[in-house]
Amino acid sequence: MSEKKTNRRDFLFTATYAVGAVGVGATVWPMIDQMNPDASVKALASTEVDVSSVSPGKTITVLWRGKPVFIRRRTEEEITEAKSVKLEDLKDPQKDEDRAKNPEWLVMLGVCTHLGCVPLDQKGDYNGWFCPCHGSHYDISGRIRKGPAPTNMEVPKYEFVNANTIKIG
Amino acid sequence: MSDHEYVPKSKFGKWFNDRLPLLSLASHLTDYPTPKNLNYWWTFGGILTFCLITQIVTGLTLAMHYIAHADMAFESVEHIMRDVNYGWLIRYIHSNGASMFFLAVYIHIFRSLFYGSYKSPREVIWIIGIIIYLLMMAAAFMGYVLPWGQMSFWGATVITNLFSAIPLVGEGIVTWLWGGYSVDNPTLTRFFTLHYLIPFLILGLVVLHIWALHVPGNNNPVGIDVKKPSKDTVPFHPYIVIKDGFALLMFMIVFAFFIFYTPNILGHADNYIEADPLVTPAHIVPEWYLLPFYAILRSVPDKLLGVVAMLSAILILAALPWLDTSKIRSAVFRPLYKQFYWILVADVLILGYVGAMPAEGLYLLIARVATAYYFLHFLVILPVLGLKEKTLPIPLSITESVLGGSPNLATAKNKESLNN
Repeated sequence: MSEKKTNRRDFLFTATYAVGAVGVGATVWPMIDQMNPDASVKALASTEVDVSSVSPGKTITVLWRGKPVFIRRRTEEEITEAKSVKLEDLKDPQKDEDRAKNPEWLVMLGVCTHLGCVPLDQKGDYNGWFCPCHGSHYDISGRIRKGPAPTNMEVPKYEFVNANTIKIG
Repeated sequence: MSDHEYVPKSKFGKWFNDRLPLLSLASHLTDYPTPKNLNYWWTFGGILTFCLITQIVTGLTLAMHYIAHADMAFESVEHIMRDVNYGWLIRYIHSNGASMFFLAVYIHIFRSLFYGSYKSPREVIWIIGIIIYLLMMAAAFMGYVLPWGQMSFWGATVITNLFSAIPLVGEGIVTWLWGGYSVDNPTLTRFFTLHYLIPFLILGLVVLHIWALHVPGNNNPVGIDVKKPSKDTVPFHPYIVIKDGFALLMFMIVFAFFIFYTPNILGHADNYIEADPLVTPAHIVPEWYLLPFYAILRSVPDKLLGVVAMLSAILILAALPWLDTSKIRSAVFRPLYKQFYWILVADVLILGYVGAMPAEGLYLLIARVATAYYFLHFLVILPVLGLKEKTLPIPLSITESVLGGSPNLATAKNKESLNN
């Protein structure tokens, strides 16, 4: 048995391991994937919101996929303020125009990008939002200005179905 | 197993033991030779076994009344507190039991650190212990989520979000852990399942922990090996059984004080408000036993590095047997290590304190210094100290140290001068 050479038995071993590995993988995957969002959770993927009663300078919070979504009808001053910020001053540079397609309406996930708390409205050093958990300050465009959060508050996919209705998701 | 061959006295006992040697095992456990100089810091192994069994028994009974559903969990816990016979008592034993479990495990760990119990040949006992400790933290965290109060919900949100710091796959992992797009019913049901499972995993590991302990035998306050055969040891029963029993009674007095006089002092009032995904409580603070690690997490300004630092702070303990280069086990004979040991104890307590405070200003500065020192202790001080430190002469045997009085510095010095 000193000859080191591939024989038919080696081929059988390798083939057995390979088939075995595929079999184990195919058995384990359903056990892992069952923990991913199920069909009923995915079915709640979009929400329609009537925003006709929201007056300028007010924010409403709606629940979408179990997370709060802030919908703020911004005043003229707030829009001017959001647009006047220089991109160099931002930790995660993003133009206000890219965040609010219709500048009057700011729609974003009310979830701090640090560790997921809900920031408070009209608080903090930048007249926007302030996260009480670990002290992140956001401006009136929902962009991170100060604190540990790495990125701006996320803008979800949304569209105006008509003048008074926003569809999120 | 025991050196002598055990033979049961009765005929049936012998018949049974030949087929399943349970009686031999019992004989090994009662006769197990223990160093006769063990002090009360060695009683926490028994106390921890008691804590585990208490948590399993009270947990099983709570599970008979608890409903793991986001709409009903909070109410079912109040139902346990108000309607179920002795439900309040069982729940308070279970919730305070978690704190008592951690109190005992921290004393047990720091006893190992002081007397060098993690060193050769006991590295495997130590590593199994670290795995048990990690599982305890996971079980405690998931258990805290089950009442579905505000702290449950937001604690779960913050802790699961730690995984989002992982590059590329982080967000996917968080969604997978949640079973949705936020902490919700699927998260609660899986946490309940795992919270139920983990104590039994711990039970299995405790058996391995004790098995691994019974191979070399106990370390002891002077940290030298037991001479065989000698008068260095006493049998586990009755000597250690009685000593452990007495310590357990003292421990139960403290336990009972919390249950009957101040059952909520270690919890947070916010957890008596039902979970609300739209409102975050003003201060999110983990349970006291996780605070030092929470302080380390927050002391690092970068999200990913903060998570890495927190995990390293725990995992570094597994490498301790190799980081500590000193051949001498007990701190009694290591004058410098003894001082650094107490600095480390103070450092961990400081981390725990600042972990409960807001992460800003002076608190943040203190947290950063204390975090840096924590890693310095394990990565620099311990390896260097083992090579440089001038240790005191160790006694020739345990019997010598016992007959010469308590194994402390003064005694050791006296011995030295007598010998000269």
